[in-house]
Parts: sequence; C-alpha cells; structure tokens
Amino acid sequence: MRHIISILLENESGALSRVAGLFSARGYNIESLTVAPTEDPSLSRMTLVTRGSDDVIEQITKQLNKLVDVVKIMDLTEGPHLEREMMLIKLRAVGDGREELKRLVDIFRGHIIDVTASTYTVELTGTGDKLDAFIQAIGETKILETVRSGVSGIARGEKSLHL
Amino acid sequence: MELTGAEILVHCLKDEGVEYVFGYPGGAVLYIYDALYQQQDVKHILVRHEQGATHAADGYARSTGKPGVVLVTSGPGATNAITGIATAYMDSIPMVIITGQVHTWAIGSDAFQEVDSVGITRPCVKHNFLVKDVKDLTATIKKAFYLATTGRPGPVVVDVPKDVTMQRAEYRYPEDIAIRSYNPVVKGHPGQIKKAVDLLLSAKRPMIYTGGGVIWSRAAESLTEFARSLGYPITNTLMGLGGYPATDRQFLGMLGMHGTYEANMAMHHCDVLIAIGARFDDRVVGKVEYFCPEAQIIHIDIDPSSISKSVKVHVPIVGDVDHVLKDMIRLLKEDLRKPDQTALAAWWDQISEWRAVNCLKYDRQSPLIKPQFVLEKLYEVTGGDAFITSDVGQHQMWAAQFYKFDKPYRWINSGGLGTMGFGLPAAMGAQLAHPNDVVACVTGEASIQMCIQELSTCRQYGLPIKIVNLNNRYMGMVRQWQEFFYEGRYAMSYMEALPDFVKLAEAYGHVGMSIEKPVDVEGALREAFKLKDRLVFLDFITDQTENVYPMIAQGKGHHEMHLSPERELA
Ligand SMILES: Cc1ncc(C[n+]2csc(CCOP(=O)(O)OP(=O)(O)O)c2C)c(N)n1
Repeated sequence: MRHIISILLENESGALSRVAGLFSARGYNIESLTVAPTEDPSLSRMTLVTRGSDDVIEQITKQLNKLVDVVKIMDLTEGPHLEREMMLIKLRAVGDGREELKRLVDIFRGHIIDVTASTYTVELTGTGDKLDAFIQAIGETKILETVRSGVSGIARGEKSLHL
Repeated sequence: MELTGAEILVHCLKDEGVEYVFGYPGGAVLYIYDALYQQQDVKHILVRHEQGATHAADGYARSTGKPGVVLVTSGPGATNAITGIATAYMDSIPMVIITGQVHTWAIGSDAFQEVDSVGITRPCVKHNFLVKDVKDLTATIKKAFYLATTGRPGPVVVDVPKDVTMQRAEYRYPEDIAIRSYNPVVKGHPGQIKKAVDLLLSAKRPMIYTGGGVIWSRAAESLTEFARSLGYPITNTLMGLGGYPATDRQFLGMLGMHGTYEANMAMHHCDVLIAIGARFDDRVVGKVEYFCPEAQIIHIDIDPSSISKSVKVHVPIVGDVDHVLKDMIRLLKEDLRKPDQTALAAWWDQISEWRAVNCLKYDRQSPLIKPQFVLEKLYEVTGGDAFITSDVGQHQMWAAQFYKFDKPYRWINSGGLGTMGFGLPAAMGAQLAHPNDVVACVTGEASIQMCIQELSTCRQYGLPIKIVNLNNRYMGMVRQWQEFFYEGRYAMSYMEALPDFVKLAEAYGHVGMSIEKPVDVEGALREAFKLKDRLVFLDFITDQTENVYPMIAQGKGHHEMHLSPERELA
C-alpha cells in the first residue's frame, strides 16, 4: 500500500543522506521525497511517499526512528490527512491550441504563470492524482517539461507532528 | 581553561575513563598524537594495520563491556578501519572511532588523503559526526560515547579535521548530555511483561533462546536466576554464549546452523518460546516458514526494529533485557501459579532422548589430530576460564561447540559480519584489558594470515596470547560447502605455499610449536600455557577432511539437521 510518512529531522548536514541511505541500503522504495526547514530553524520537515506491505512499512518506520537525526515521525496514511503536490509544467501552445489549453488549465484550477508566443508555463497544485490527470488530459505531445515538487502532507484536525 | 582541539580530544578521552586508544598515526592526526605524547593517562597501542586497531578495540570492548576507542588518520587510515567498524556494527559493539580529516577548508577538494569518512562509514555505524568547529568538539565526543554505549550499542565515528585539532577553545567536560531525538527505552511495558509471564506459566514445552543482548545488558545473572526459577531448557546463539553457564544441566548448547541437535529440536517442538536479546538471525532461524511452527513467541529486545523483522512474534517487549528480566523474576515470585511440572518432566524426557544422540560425537580413534579434540583439551587445560577469541570458519564453530563458556565476555568472535582476521587483534584488546588472565585465539591457517602483522604489536606490548591454529591446509569452511554443495570442486580453497608458522612466530620474537600427533596435543597446550609471559603460536596439523556437524543446510528447518554422513537420522 501507498504510505505518506512525515518526518521531523534535525536540520543538519548529512541528515537527508542518512534517510536516503537507509532506503537504498534496505531496498525500500521512495516514490517521492520533499524536505525543507520549518518555523523552528533547527528542524526540517520531510514528507516521504513509499509503498510496501504492512510488515515493510512497520520496518521502515522503526528503522527511521532508529536514525539519530530523526526526531519524530508520523504515518499520515493512518488517519485523515491532506496531501498536496505542486507542478510546474511547460506546454507547447500555438495557434488554435492556445485557447483550448487555457480552458483546460482553468478546469483544473491551474495558473498560467509564464507566456511566450509558443509556450505556456502552468502552475498546478493538488493531489498526485490530479496532477496525473492533468498530464493525461494535455497529452504527451504538448508537454515540453514537467517539474513536480513531490508530495507534502499534513494530518487533518487537531493532530499534528511537532516537538 | 583554553586548550587546543587535540588537547581537548585527549582530555575528553581521559574524562570518559578511556584506558587504551588503539591507533596508527598519519598527517591529519599528528596534533592529536602530539597531545597524546604529552600525557600518561590515556595509553596508546600502536597496531600494524588500522584493521587491527578496530578489532583490538572491539576485543577490548567485548571482554570488558566498556567502549573500545580507535584513532586513525584520514584517507587510507579511515578506509582500512572500515572492516573493523562494520564488524562492530553487525555485533552491536560499543566503539568510538576518531578519524582524522583534511583541513575544513580543503574538504571536498580531493585533497591529499581525503576521503568522505562520514559518507563511507554511514551504513556501518550507529551514528557519525564531522566536527567543523573546535567549540563543538567536547559535546560531540560526549555524544559519541553516549550513543555508542546506550540503547543498542554500536560504533560511532567522529571525523576531526586537522585545523580543528589546532584551534583553541575553552574546555569543560559536560556531566550529562541529552539528545532530543534519542531516548532508548529501558523499562519494558508492564502489560506486555504480565502477558509474557502468563504465557510462560501456561507452557507445556517451553524454550528459552538468548543472544548477545544478554551480554550487553549485563543480564547474565538475571537470566540465570530467571531460567533456574522456571526450570526451562535454554539455548544461546553464537553471540550469546556465556550468557548462561554452559555446564548447567538446563543448557542445551548453541542453536542454529551448527547448533546442537537437542537445541534445534527443542526449538522446533516447543510451544512457548521466549527470545531474549536475540535477533532471529538467518543462521539461527533457518527457513522462516519452518521456524518454531507450534510456538507462541515472546521477544525481549532493546531495539524495536529487531522485533518482528524476520519472524512474527506474539508478545513483543521493548526494553533493556536486564530490566525486563528483573521485572519478570519479581512477577514470577509473586505468582501463585507454577509451571506445569508433569508436562515439564515429559518435555525434559524428550530432550534427554535428543541429547542421547550425542550430536557432537567425533572419531577419537583417528591417527590424525581432530580439531574437536584440540578444543576439548584447550577447555580442560585452561580450566574453562580463558578469554577465547576466534576467527571465522570451521574452527570458530568448533570453538563455539566445544568450549563451554560459563561466564559472559569470555567468547569473542565476529558473528554478524564473519570477519576473518578478527581473532588475533581482538585477542590483543582482551589481553590488554585482562593482563592477568589467559587469552587464546582459536584460528585457522587462512584467517590468521589476514592480520598476521599484529604479531609484531604483540611483541611490542608483551602480550602473552596463545594462538591455537587449527591448520587443515584448507579454508575449511569453504571446502566443506564445496564438498556438500559443489560436488567436491575445491575451487581456490586449498591453502598453498603456507609459511612455516613456527619460524614465523620466532621471527616476530615469539615461541612457535608444531604439533602433528593426537598424543602430543595436551602436552603442547600445557607447555604453552605455562609460558605465562610469552606469546605461543601452536600450529596443530589437523585432519584435512573433518567437517562441522551437525548442520542445517541453508533454507532448511531446525528439524532437518544432518548429523554426519555415517549417522543420518531417519
Ligand atoms: C574477510 C573474509 N573473507 C572471506 C571470508 C569467507 N570465508 C569464510 S570461512 C573461510 C575459510 C576460513 O579458513 P580458515 O581460517 O583456514 O579456517 P577453517 O575453516 O579451515 O577452520 C572463508 C574464506 C570471510 N569470512 N572473511
């Protein structure tokens, strides 16, 4: 099953490589990984998307907890949660296609943030599925470049991951 | 007071109570060596290869329970130390390894003798640090010792750039240190402990299986009390030997691939298993599907990630083994219920039958020296009270089978990584820690050559280790697998061009003895152990064809043991 694991990490050099190294050494897969500092400059927040059986996920969380740089972790998929991913996507936009593309961007509630005579650059936020759907709808031939941020996630309601 | 980084480092070691540092100098650590030179509290042991330094520190740690300390230079010094660091990591041995590093301003420039030590060691340490500022040095060393010795122990690397050792800072060693992200559990969950006690008391065919965690938690005494109070059979892993007295009637010997028939059969047929400070290693478990098919399993371990990693357990207890055992002993004392004596008697009858198979039997009539015979005699001659280190191979298994360890910290071998070359340097560490005790290294002619240069270190420091070389002119364990699984094609396992070990020992200033006949074995051992202040290299020319039995082939269950070709069980 797909799991979204949130990690509070010491904001120290090497901490990220410990997490990445753990995944490669033990053969766990990483679907996406995002990391950035939090309001507390000594902490980074990482969101990691992985897939595995319950046993594998249990090992992953235990092994992550064992890393000295890992302060706290939470498997968001165990409860109600929100996930968002941001995508920047550059599209070939020429002739009649331009209007059509713009409509599609509107339907998906995206924003065109850069325009040239032949391209649109679109910013789109949503779940991974929504971004996938947009890519599908556009069709491969029109896509010049995609950049996806990877998933960020947070628990719904009162529940939160903090010190 | 204000000191240089090098002086601070040495002061930290002193304040940690470090007796010995095992190391080898080089450019990046010269300030540290200079600081060591100017004091007497911390003694430095100069090895002949950095691998030797790590294994020696490891042997010191395994024989005392205290952390071993290593000091090596940057680049090749650090890379040479890797094997020993990984060895310690696999067996959860507390060590602090200080590696020199190029100047901070040169890091990342492919400078002379630069290697990314933090990167290279990351997968085989509990944690590691790069100290970028002399102001962080003291706290980092304190953290390193704290991490290495608490929770599930392990090696910690501290990488110290040369300029950090030159700069000055105020020195005051902290009393305590807290790491917000690191809080090892000590106490077990009372509810789980209660459940475990209930299960233990309901058992008809109970079994206790213990590992190295008992040794490192200093729980041998509690374990003995626990097992005796219940009267249940007990087995130890290779790493757990000495955790329970091997001469005790309740002890069934080691379990696993080369464990005893009775231990493995009792595992297979038990209905309640309690695993204590053991990690269900593949060499112990065999095929997971066949493991303890009828058992409810209790598992006590300090490391949550060890629990249900390979084998699913029913009652997990995360906590310090000694702590949890003491809680259990207390509950058992208070409990009015007692183990089912009728069922237990029947279980012991069954175990006695398995024992009667006498699975460690070997040919005592042979005109050749049988390796098992040498180990039996070694046990007798040393009164069972020596520190025994070993290398890796058949001799290691025979030592584990035939030397009966009654106390913890006596059996010192590389179980997890299986590092040939471990035995001799580990013996140096053990001998330095126990100058008045007997230390013997059981080895093979292949393994001993991997760190043979340390004979020179032994000479320099007058370490009277006894080397018991079981010389079968083969990488015996490799040959055994080739005989069993590769139709006798002995690819590269024959040891040609062996040195004359007697002359070699003599060349290093030691005593060498060659023993070729069974009748001479005991006399030679007695003579060697009489030479209390000399290292003696005993080269036993043994039967080349001897194999380690019993054996569970890889991927088989505990009930599928091979005894020996002559005596297969139906
Ligand atoms: C550093 C290292 N290289 C290779 C091996 C693989 N290996 C395991 S046992 C063995 C043979 C050991 O031979 P010897 O030391 O003569 O002991 P014996 O098995 O004959 O008792 C080898 C090569 C190892 N364990 N460690």
